[in-house]
Amino acid sequence: MHVSLMITCLGDAFFPDVGVATVKLLRRLGVSVDFPQAQTCCGQPHFNSGYHDDARDLARHAITAFAKSPLVVTPSGSCAAMVKLEYPELFHGDPTWHDRAVDLAKRTHELSDFLVNVLKVEDVGARFDGKATYHMACHLRGLGLVDEPLRLIQKVRGLQLVPLERYDECCGFGGSFAVRYPQISGAMVTDKAAFIEKTAVDAVIATDAGCLMNIGGCLNRKGSKVRILHLAELLAQT
Amino acid sequence: MSYAQHEHHDFLGASAQALADPTLQQALTRLTDTLLAGNRRGYAALADSSELRDHAKRIKEHSLAHLDQYLEQLEASVLKFGGKVHWAATAEDARRIVVEIAKKANCKHAVKSKSMTSEEIHLNPALEQAGIEVTETDFGEFIIQVAGERPSHLVAPAVHHTRESIARVLSKHLGEQLADDPKSLAMVGRRVLREKFRQADMGITGANFAVAETGTIVLVTNEGNGRLTTTCPRVHVAIMGIEKVIPRFIDLPVFLKLLARGATGQTLSVYTTLITGPRQPGELDGAEEFHLVLLDNGRSKVLATPFRESLQCIRCGACLNACPVYRRIGGHAYGGVYSGPIGSILTPLYDSVAANPHLPHASSLCGACQAACPVKINIPHMLIGLRELQHYHKPSRWERWAYGLWSMVLCRPWAYRWALWAARLLLRRNAQNGWLSQMPGPGAEWTKVRDFPAPAAKSFRERWKELES
Ligand code: SF4
Repeated sequence: MHVSLMITCLGDAFFPDVGVATVKLLRRLGVSVDFPQAQTCCGQPHFNSGYHDDARDLARHAITAFAKSPLVVTPSGSCAAMVKLEYPELFHGDPTWHDRAVDLAKRTHELSDFLVNVLKVEDVGARFDGKATYHMACHLRGLGLVDEPLRLIQKVRGLQLVPLERYDECCGFGGSFAVRYPQISGAMVTDKAAFIEKTAVDAVIATDAGCLMNIGGCLNRKGSKVRILHLAELLAQT
Repeated sequence: MSYAQHEHHDFLGASAQALADPTLQQALTRLTDTLLAGNRRGYAALADSSELRDHAKRIKEHSLAHLDQYLEQLEASVLKFGGKVHWAATAEDARRIVVEIAKKANCKHAVKSKSMTSEEIHLNPALEQAGIEVTETDFGEFIIQVAGERPSHLVAPAVHHTRESIARVLSKHLGEQLADDPKSLAMVGRRVLREKFRQADMGITGANFAVAETGTIVLVTNEGNGRLTTTCPRVHVAIMGIEKVIPRFIDLPVFLKLLARGATGQTLSVYTTLITGPRQPGELDGAEEFHLVLLDNGRSKVLATPFRESLQCIRCGACLNACPVYRRIGGHAYGGVYSGPIGSILTPLYDSVAANPHLPHASSLCGACQAACPVKINIPHMLIGLRELQHYHKPSRWERWAYGLWSMVLCRPWAYRWALWAARLLLRRNAQNGWLSQMPGPGAEWTKVRDFPAPAAKSFRERWKELES
């Protein structure tokens, strides 16, 4: 099987290790990977802030960048949700681009979705010696991927999974929300970090760069020893 | 008069105040935790909750698509049983209609069961001005009426109160020193309200649903005050938004199954009251006069917009309980009669998009609201739609410019690579262990409460070359 990697802008700039881990993991599972160089950002920041013309420009750019990819895999529920749920909506009045958007939406998969539902693997042969907890990124709810990451995590050797209180409550990232309302967002991430600290784990696992930078930034400010770990990084370790 | 008629209020100040109030925080957590757990338990107990919710949504979609027809059918059904129907285009019309009914029937004492629609039209002050005493009979509503406040939750209007503050408010009102244990407070409520029910000559309610086919008004309550309000007084006035009509009697169980489960996790509310017209010959109870006020107040305008879905709301409050923002700032911070995620849509739509710049943005778009909503209203989408609308009503020139520049960069891979390089140059200098504790520009807001990751030394696209070989 062959896939194209959609790295996402946050992953590209801030968490390149996640991309490297995704490539290694996929190759280990016998999937070959390419990286279309024209890709930049899916346009979700513009879409969410109501700049829909800009979002359409960026969607067209992404649709073109991945036009030749048989399948697209992205280590981000948020960007997968943008492509799968919002791109078709953006082009309601434009039959040509609407069809192309629907086509890309069908070909695109968030990483855990790809592994569990397309490749049909749950045990990817990963190993992690220690205790970890899992925070569910909000966009996985929209994509209906509530179980997939947990099924993968549960098969990791040596990993002791500690349940996280309110594991599915938003960490307070929300893109521009975190900048517009730092107090509200700050209260949310402070609670999240406190729940994580309470589990006394070595690492907190999540599937999205946004959650990781927000939760990680709060844990770091507090001087916490809990590491942030993307699902791809966890699964790439053997 | 405008729909929300709230002092155009300081969202940032009010939310900061709420965040700094530990008592409120505790009350909000306790209530929303309990209700949200109930919501999840309630849905899980149904074999096919997702399908049932889709079904409910379809009924609402259908009713709204044929709203004119079902409202006329409802009117005819109510008339058939000797009720009267009044059409109110605005809140002012509705207030005038209710006051006129009271005057004509010579009513002096009104009791009300909990109704957000009557809050929406600010009915109580109008009645009082006309010399009619009005008493809220839902205990939570009674407390906030006495305290002179607005409800801060759709189904638990006095969530911002503790038993101590309730005892304080009621002691002052009644001129006696009350104990602050819940049981004796409830007994005081019962004592005071029973007397009001005895005196009342007019009962005012909302309507959770109205069945077009039969003319039946449905009220759900947990305290039984809805039943007393509709049976003790001579005159019963029900005020409902026009979107509350459902076509057939057999559609009702679909909503009854979902409303209480969504709101609290109960299988059914403690009291479900069905009223079809005034007391009929040979009947033992019921009001002598029955009036139904159908309120538009901006709804028909929304019907023709992409925000029509908001009219499917059955006011269960589940989206408030699930919302991580509501859970922290409480209802009053939203400034309107309706609060939480659905309030962030209703208030701008009915009051003013331009005058409520914060509400559509005060959400992380996490989607917990939609997941909890019995009719699966896509609240995040409508919030985004309102953000788009805001750019027409109240554009921010510098923000428009910044997003425009940003998208220009993102559409050009060379410019994007250059921007990555520039960001790295700018931000990596001050980083410690990969984190920044202070950011320039809008990022400063971020670093008030948490660190920000420094861009990596090499972006992924630079590292791709190593991976290729
Ligand atoms: S939007 Fe949905 S969840 Fe919120 S109050 Fe209305 S029906 Fe309930």
